[in-house]
Amino acid sequence: MTSAMILASEFNPIKPKGDELVIGTIAFLIIFVIFWKKLLPNIKKTLDERTDAIEGGMKRAEEAQAAAAALQEEYQRNLTEARHEAAKITQHAREQGAEIVAQMRGEGQEQRDNLVAGGRAQLDADAAATRSALKGDLGTLAIALASKIVGESLEDEARQRGTVDRFLSELEAKADAEAGAKAGA
Amino acid sequence: MSLSLLAAEGGTDCGNGTPHLFGNNGGFSCVAPSSEDFDFSNRPWFHIAGYGVTKPVVLVALIVVLMIGFFWAAFNKPKMVPRGVQNVAEVAYLFVRDRMARDSMGKQGDRYVPFLFALFFFVWLMNVMSFVPGIQFPVSSVYSFPLALALMVWLTYMFAGFQRHGLGYFKVLGVPSGVPLGILLILTPIELLSNIFIRPFTLGIRLFANMFAGHLLIATFSAGAWYMFSVKGIVFSGASFTMAIVMTGFELFIQALQAYIFVMLTASYLAGALEEAH
Repeated sequence: MTSAMILASEFNPIKPKGDELVIGTIAFLIIFVIFWKKLLPNIKKTLDERTDAIEGGMKRAEEAQAAAAALQEEYQRNLTEARHEAAKITQHAREQGAEIVAQMRGEGQEQRDNLVAGGRAQLDADAAATRSALKGDLGTLAIALASKIVGESLEDEARQRGTVDRFLSELEAKADAEAGAKAGA
Repeated sequence: MSLSLLAAEGGTDCGNGTPHLFGNNGGFSCVAPSSEDFDFSNRPWFHIAGYGVTKPVVLVALIVVLMIGFFWAAFNKPKMVPRGVQNVAEVAYLFVRDRMARDSMGKQGDRYVPFLFALFFFVWLMNVMSFVPGIQFPVSSVYSFPLALALMVWLTYMFAGFQRHGLGYFKVLGVPSGVPLGILLILTPIELLSNIFIRPFTLGIRLFANMFAGHLLIATFSAGAWYMFSVKGIVFSGASFTMAIVMTGFELFIQALQAYIFVMLTASYLAGALEEAH
């Protein structure tokens, strides 16, 4: 047995020493106070701010998204309205156009009919006037011509009248036949 | 494992630097690791104003500097976007706050986060000194230090309890709910004794004994490897050395576990003090 073995039996490991108790307590209290008053409030504040920042950022993003969605919806609605409007206007214009065309066509037709009718009446009148004028002239000319050719005056007024009328009728019939042949052609 | 250091701590040298476990007469010719290794009172490193500063005291001071230094670097000017040590320290903070304080006490545990946080890292650093090369001594294996912490825990939960319940806290401590009156006659004295007087000592001794035993085991296997190398050969020595390594790894786990248990028990004592009276 050495002296160390005897010493070991004298040392009691679970007998606390006053100086170490005090030093341990002070050491812990120094650490505790610095953590309690300074360091942990710092990090707590930072963590709270970070939470705020993240939540705030998320909220802002959500708001922006909602605003964008609303804008998109409004745009879409406007676009749809505009399309409707455009379609309506186009339809209207088309109807109006068709109406105008029909109206114009009717008016043109009427005008043309009027023109044709007027021209025809004029032509008829002219032809009748010409014909009556020619009829008088032709009788006189024919008599004059016949008197000159025959060289004698026609004694019988009644006979004369009959001859002229017959001649004119023949002439007319001939002109009609000619006109008919021309129209037929 | 630095054997020279261990031998120096053992206080006795094995005959001029030739360590030898077994003497000529078949008995111990050299001092094996013992509880004596934990007594530093007769070999201070230096003196301050007549007070002999021993190794555990220096280590406690070192822990104070390390802990404040590290967390000062991390938390003094914390950034919104954490960088470097702040990341690590934040994980530690959130672990203590969420897993320890809030899990046992709920939201009202936030008040005790600084206490639990300081306690956890103080205990863990005291333990982990066992692992630091060149130091290799768990401060918590000197009973005074765990006891000092346990007494502070005791003060804290007693204060919290009386603040919450007034004298009714004795009822919380001594009268478990749903126990018949007859049994209470026996149970209440035991509960009061246990919760008021025995708790701080069990809390301190649990930590102390774990670290004490772990350190002694590692020291024994290390010394065994060293001694047997010269007498019994490489096989015995190697086995002992392997065990020393294995135990060191195991201790690394125990160190963190004991710090966790110490703080979890503190949190549960506080939760008991803060719970509604039944």
